Amino acid sequence: MEKRVVFRSAWLPYALVAPQIAITIIFFFWPAAQAVYYSFLVQDPFGLSTQFVWFQNFQELFQNDHYLASFKITAIFSALVAFSGLAISLLLAVMADHVVRGALAYKTLLIWPYAVAPAIAGVLWAFLFAPSIGIVSYFLRRMGYDWNWVLQGDQAMALIVIASTWKQISYNFLFFLAGLQSIPRSLLEAAAIDGATPFRRFWTIVFPLLSPTTFFLLVINIVYAFFGTFGVVDATTQGGPAGATQILVYKVYYDGVKAADLGGSAAQSVVLMAIVIVLTVVQFRFVEKKVQY
Amino acid sequence: MVENRPGFNFLAHAILVAGVILVAFPLWVTFVASTLRYEEIVAVPMPLIPGDQLVANYTQVLTGGSTKGSQAPVGTMLFNSFVMAMGVAIGKIAISIISAFAIVYFRFPLRNFFFWMIFVTLMLPIEVRIIPTFKVASDLGLLDSYGGLILPIVASATATFLFRQFFLTIPDELAEAARIDGAGPIRFFWDVVLPLSKTSMAALFVILFILGWNEYLWPLLITSQESMYTVVIGIKRMIAGGDATTEWNLVMATAILALLPPALVVILMQKWFVKGLVETEK
Repeated sequence: MEKRVVFRSAWLPYALVAPQIAITIIFFFWPAAQAVYYSFLVQDPFGLSTQFVWFQNFQELFQNDHYLASFKITAIFSALVAFSGLAISLLLAVMADHVVRGALAYKTLLIWPYAVAPAIAGVLWAFLFAPSIGIVSYFLRRMGYDWNWVLQGDQAMALIVIASTWKQISYNFLFFLAGLQSIPRSLLEAAAIDGATPFRRFWTIVFPLLSPTTFFLLVINIVYAFFGTFGVVDATTQGGPAGATQILVYKVYYDGVKAADLGGSAAQSVVLMAIVIVLTVVQFRFVEKKVQY
Repeated sequence: MVENRPGFNFLAHAILVAGVILVAFPLWVTFVASTLRYEEIVAVPMPLIPGDQLVANYTQVLTGGSTKGSQAPVGTMLFNSFVMAMGVAIGKIAISIISAFAIVYFRFPLRNFFFWMIFVTLMLPIEVRIIPTFKVASDLGLLDSYGGLILPIVASATATFLFRQFFLTIPDELAEAARIDGAGPIRFFWDVVLPLSKTSMAALFVILFILGWNEYLWPLLITSQESMYTVVIGIKRMIAGGDATTEWNLVMATAILALLPPALVVILMQKWFVKGLVETEK
């Protein structure tokens, strides 16, 4: 789309885009290029000399069991966060779309966790599940379940999944609710007159019509699980125990900042960059266009 | 509602109430913990009814942090978070609205190139360029400063798209009329475009304020002095490690203080929030 009417000036448009472009070059393009460049380097442990090694960092990365494990952990984590977040919020949105009385109150009470920072969400849930003093841990122990996420990897994973999902429910809920409210009532009424139960109507009419929203949210939730959950992990498990919750974003931070492995961390950055590019392309090329009913 | 099914209505309310309780439970426990004495929390299970330490705990964290972990006052951190959130929100809106105006209302060489450059920033989140970005900020002397917290994240592809999308819906007749009346581009921007953009700006402000307040990785990298911590960074330093040594009552008071401002923004400006959320994701 283009404007028919435009203004003319030799310098003004450049002056107007200048601040944005300056920030973009200094803080986005230049560092990203540096990350790519570093990924071809190996630095000695004292940081005194560097050597250009082509793809050696990448080769080592994909032969490194810890890195491959981190990939697997990230995949499991994203799948769990996306699936449970979508399922719970879809259920709540369908119910909120159905009720007449109190709809606004329910909506208000369900959307506020969006405002909670991932790190704070992590702290809240870490407190509830704290091994010795947490109130949920207490009830789990009473039920005979041995709960200690500080020591048990799968429980640490459960903790970060719960905290991350909890924060994301409100976002999914709002989009599902908007999607549901745009479905023509006449379709549902016709089906109801033909004797279809609410359950049947949901699976044969509502769910298929909602598929563009669901697909959009699926992409957004995967992006969130990959990149938005750093704070949850850093404030709770910090990748532990024994790397059981070391998602890719946390590993790149840990190796780069804490372990000061310049080349290895940069190679991981480049892999992550490739993942973001794929996800962004999927989001812009396919979402809302290709998913049809 | 399509038809009246009392049983189903009841079920819907039951599920929604369960959802609300599930969502609110952590907040309630956090609030209760923030009003208790340390000894009351450690005595498992902790009570679920607020205690009498509300004023004492909040005064302690606001002025002196925790007593065993980080002793940085949370009051300063809240101020830092506020400066950062406001700076990021206003900065992003300001630089995005002018670049969108240039891209929509002018034809100039490199126009598409600039637009493409702004688009590509979507694919370069801070997580994929941690170390080099830190180095650039450090070379520019931005460590431990408000400029460092705000400047490097103030570019926004999303906001630029949103304003571009909105400007394309402004009728051409307005620009035509302005030109006939002898108004230049700056006058047109100031007197016509800006007032029309108020609702978009308000919606965007709510979203960007929350994002700026909750930003985690960047302040973690760029701040090393306690006096420059934002509250989301500061709270982690108060968790000394181990259940027994962490003063959970004070940590929980800090958590409430950290989540209250953005939560209030969402609840009080709900209309703008929903509009902003839906529009920024188009």
